[in-house]
Amino acid sequence: MERNTEIELRLLIEAIYLKYSYDFRDYSGASIKRRVNHALNQFECKTISALQERVLHDPAAFMQLLQLLTIPVSEMFRDPAHFLAIRQEVVPLLRTYPSIKIWIAGCSTGEEVYSMAILLREEGLLERTIIYATDINPRSLEKAKQGIFSLENIRAYTRNYQQAGGQSSFADYYTAAYDYAIFDKSLRDNVTFADHSLATDSVFSETQLISCRNVLIYFNKKLQDRAFGLFHDSLCHRGFLVLGSKETPDFSSYGKQFEPLVKQERIYRKT
Amino acid sequence: MKTGSLSHAPASRVEAIVIGASAGGVEALLSIFGTLGSGFALPIIVVLHLPEQRRSQLVEVIARRVAMPVVEAQDKAVIESGTLYLAAPGYHLSVEQDRSLSLSLEERLHYSRPAIDYLFESAADAYGPALLAVLLTGANQDGARGLAQVKRLGGLTVVQDPAEAQVATMPDAALALQQPDYILTLHGIGRLLVELEGTSC
Repeated sequence: MERNTEIELRLLIEAIYLKYSYDFRDYSGASIKRRVNHALNQFECKTISALQERVLHDPAAFMQLLQLLTIPVSEMFRDPAHFLAIRQEVVPLLRTYPSIKIWIAGCSTGEEVYSMAILLREEGLLERTIIYATDINPRSLEKAKQGIFSLENIRAYTRNYQQAGGQSSFADYYTAAYDYAIFDKSLRDNVTFADHSLATDSVFSETQLISCRNVLIYFNKKLQDRAFGLFHDSLCHRGFLVLGSKETPDFSSYGKQFEPLVKQERIYRKT
Repeated sequence: MKTGSLSHAPASRVEAIVIGASAGGVEALLSIFGTLGSGFALPIIVVLHLPEQRRSQLVEVIARRVAMPVVEAQDKAVIESGTLYLAAPGYHLSVEQDRSLSLSLEERLHYSRPAIDYLFESAADAYGPALLAVLLTGANQDGARGLAQVKRLGGLTVVQDPAEAQVATMPDAALALQQPDYILTLHGIGRLLVELEGTSC
């Protein structure tokens, strides 16, 4: 990388950490660099140093930059086979707990949360479950709380839902209004949305299942290890960890602390 | 610019090869890889555009026809010499500064994820002049910008001869943006890789 770019990137990330306590220092560099470059265009800044000055002195500008630094790409029942495997392999075991706590780490705008809630309701478990849905981006959390998604994606979500073993009509879970699908708010009766960073915060509860999908790929090995450590500490004996389709604890320091339950679908269990 | 002749083999030491291909890419890749022996020592990292829907059989297809080890590129994997890495469908593939691989789900670029531009630009950042980038047949503009960045950071650039490419759009787009070090046929690209590997050891 060009030396100046490398220096400026590091300084920007350090400035964000010192000023706003958002810690991107151990994120994967290639993707961060692309997003910062994209931000330069949006902010019409010539250099990363100029962007740094801007966000250091203007919290509103930082909040705008945060939207570009995080990746709010999500969908409901993404990788349907993953949710089908949760239904078939994990739910029968979850059922044995009198009460269930689930942590959805890096929940972004909430698609994973509503998918999980729908699955649990159909399995009769939602009422005795508490879901903690956490993210570092307050605007994403706000969207997640509202549970309003663009209608143009609903057809794809419906297909996912059916392939994931959905037992009802997907339309039962939302009301269409103009271009939006407003999801049944009782789905989030037992959901607590909270600000939490896998980079800087600690464990807040004992859980039976943690879902953290397509979050760890943005972390370097050191930060991945920290996250796996938090998950390990939070999960109860034999608790479940479910990851994104290209994520695994195998190469982390916690490789031996988790064993695959359904390897292909990235469903693991604490050993 | 050299066309075809390998008499000016570069003195700089190539440490990694990145290749981008789209429509017509499988055949083109097989044609190039067929010329490489099992002891080929450099790492090769490939982005080939494929439909995202189903699990890709590409690793098996390529592995059957190539002497060197072929794997799907895994997040955080350290790049090993003599290994052929294929990007997983649905995820962007990048090279980190410590020469490991990383995956991401940023928006599609040129309707593509993985995007060739992202692989080339990040690999240029990690390898600088020690990178060789090869852009093959394809029906869109992906890879042109990445190839220009490889050249800007001192790496070697190769574009498949558009006259030979199954679909010339991608090579043409790259040529419109910058003059590569070589414009070669698939046969010539295979020979170049073998020759560069010779100078790298």
